[in-house]
Amino acid sequence: MSQNTAVRNRLSQTVASLKPSGIRRFFDLAASMEGVISLGVGEPDFVTPWRVREACISSLERGYTAYTSNAGMLELRKEIHKYLEERFAVSYHPEREMLITVGASEAIDIALRAIVDPGDEVLVVEPCYVSYEPVIRLAGGVPVFLRTNAEQQFKLTPEELEAHISPRTKAIIFCYPNNPTGSTMTAEEWKRLLPVIEKHDLLVISDEIYAELTYGRRHESIAALPGMKDRTILISGFSKAFAMTGWRLGYVCASPDLLTGMLKIHQYTMLCAPVMAQMAALEALRHGQEDMERMVESYRQRRNFVVQGFQEIGLACHEPEGAFYAFPSIRSTGLDAAQFAEGLLMEEKVAVVPGDVFGDCGKGHIRCSYATSLDQLQKALERIGRFVQKQ
Amino acid sequence: MNRERQLELLRLLEEDGRRTAEQIARLMAVPVAEVEETIATLEREKVIVNYPALINWELVDDHPYVTAMIDVKVTPKRDVGFDEVADRICRFPEVQAVYLMSGVSYDLSVVLEGKTMREVATFVSQKLATLDSVVSTATHFILKRYKHDGIQFEDRDEDRRMVVTP
Repeated sequence: MSQNTAVRNRLSQTVASLKPSGIRRFFDLAASMEGVISLGVGEPDFVTPWRVREACISSLERGYTAYTSNAGMLELRKEIHKYLEERFAVSYHPEREMLITVGASEAIDIALRAIVDPGDEVLVVEPCYVSYEPVIRLAGGVPVFLRTNAEQQFKLTPEELEAHISPRTKAIIFCYPNNPTGSTMTAEEWKRLLPVIEKHDLLVISDEIYAELTYGRRHESIAALPGMKDRTILISGFSKAFAMTGWRLGYVCASPDLLTGMLKIHQYTMLCAPVMAQMAALEALRHGQEDMERMVESYRQRRNFVVQGFQEIGLACHEPEGAFYAFPSIRSTGLDAAQFAEGLLMEEKVAVVPGDVFGDCGKGHIRCSYATSLDQLQKALERIGRFVQKQ
Repeated sequence: MNRERQLELLRLLEEDGRRTAEQIARLMAVPVAEVEETIATLEREKVIVNYPALINWELVDDHPYVTAMIDVKVTPKRDVGFDEVADRICRFPEVQAVYLMSGVSYDLSVVLEGKTMREVATFVSQKLATLDSVVSTATHFILKRYKHDGIQFEDRDEDRRMVVTP
C-alpha cells in the first residue's frame, strides 16, 4: 500500500479530495526570501485601533472571561442591528435573526452546512475567495461556477446566473465588494438579478465582509432589496472594516428558520465566539467610526495610486470600487498568472497572488493587495514595471 | 474643489508636507492643476500656515535643547484683555507657542525652547516675569516626548502580517 493510499484511507474521501490552497505555495516561497515587498496580503495593514484594543484590555481587567450566550452577547447583536440599519438600510432582528460567529469564515461554513443536502448545487460567483469551493464540498454540496470577466467589471449578469441553474440548485454565494477583483454591484445591477433568483427560489449567501470598503458611494446589500431579506443569509464581520483580522469575529443574519439551523451547528462546534473579541467589537461599533473612515480614505487613495501605476506600466486594470485589491491583467506579457507571480517574486522580490487561485476566470490576472504603505507600493510598482519590460 | 475634497487634501498634506501636487493629484484622482490651484487658495486664506518638519531632536546628537511649559498668571488690561500681553510674549523667538487657558489657576500657557535649563530660567526671570502684566510664573520642564502633533515618537506597531494570506 502506498503512503498516499494510506492517507486516503485515514482521511474522509471528501477531505482527501480537497485541493491544497494555491496561495500556500506562494506563501512558503515568499516567506523563505528576504526583502520581499508583499502585495499578497489579504488583510488591513493598520493595527486594530487603540480604543478597540484598550476596550478589550479593560474588559479583561474587569473579569469578562466567561462564555456568552450561543448567539453572542445580545448587547453586541443590538449594536450590529443598529449599525446595519443606519449604514446599509438592512434590518435583521437582533434576538431572532442574528448570530455572532468566529469570523465570517465560520459564518460561511455554518450557513452552507445548514442549508445544503448531499448533492445540492451551490452557485459560486468567480473569481472568488479561496474557501468557498472547499467549504461547499465539506458541506456535501456541489459547487457550480458562474463566470465574470474584466470587460464587465467582474459583475454577475442574469444571463450567466440563469444558464447554470438546475433542479438541484439550492443557493448562490458571492462576495461583493469582491475578493480578489475589488468589483462591487449597484442596486440597479442587483435588481436585474432578482427575477432569476425569485423564479428559481434560490437562497442567497451574501458575504459582505468588505462592505465598508466601498469607494465613492454606499455599499448596496442585496438583502435591502424588496423581497430579498428572507432569502438572504447576510454575512459580515469586523476583520476588514475595523482592522480586526486576528480577533476572529463575524456575524450572520438570516430569517429565524435558517438561523435556528445555523445556531445548532454553531453551539455544537464553537459554543460561542470569544467574549473578549465581542467586547472589542462593541467598542468598534460604538466609537470606531472615525478610525474606520480614516482607514477607508487611505485605501481609496492607494487604490487610485496603484490603478494609475498599473496602467502606466501597461497592465490593463479596471478600477476596483471596493475592497483593497487590484486585479490587473498580465496577458500582455505572454506569461500565465503563475509564471508571472513566480518570476516577479524570484527576480524582483514582489509577492502577488496568481489570479487563477481564485477560479478559472481569474486566469491572466494577478491579485495585488494595496493594503500596504505608499512607499512600499511605489517601490513595488517600479519593480513590477521593470519585470514587465523584460518580458 | 468641494469642501470634502479640500479636507482630504489638507489631511494628505498634514500627514506628509513634502507631498508634491503631482503625488496628491494621483492619490485623489484629480488633475494636478486643480490641486495646485486649491493649495494656492488655501495658502492665501492662511488655512495652510506653514510646512514644518516634525523632528525628534532627542535623537539628534550634539543638539541639546530643553522645552519648558510655563504657567503665566497675568492681569488683563481694559479693552485689550489678555491679547496685548500675549502678543508681546509671542514676539520672543524663544517662545514656540502661547495659549490662553480656561479652568486653571493661571491664564497663559507658554511653550519655550532653550539650549539649556539655565537659558530658559534666565529668559523666564529676566524677560517674561518682568513684563508689566505678569503676576506670576511656574516653569515645568519636559523630560521626554512620547507624542507630539498627533505623532507617537516611538511607535511600536510593526507590520506583523504574513507575507501572503488569503
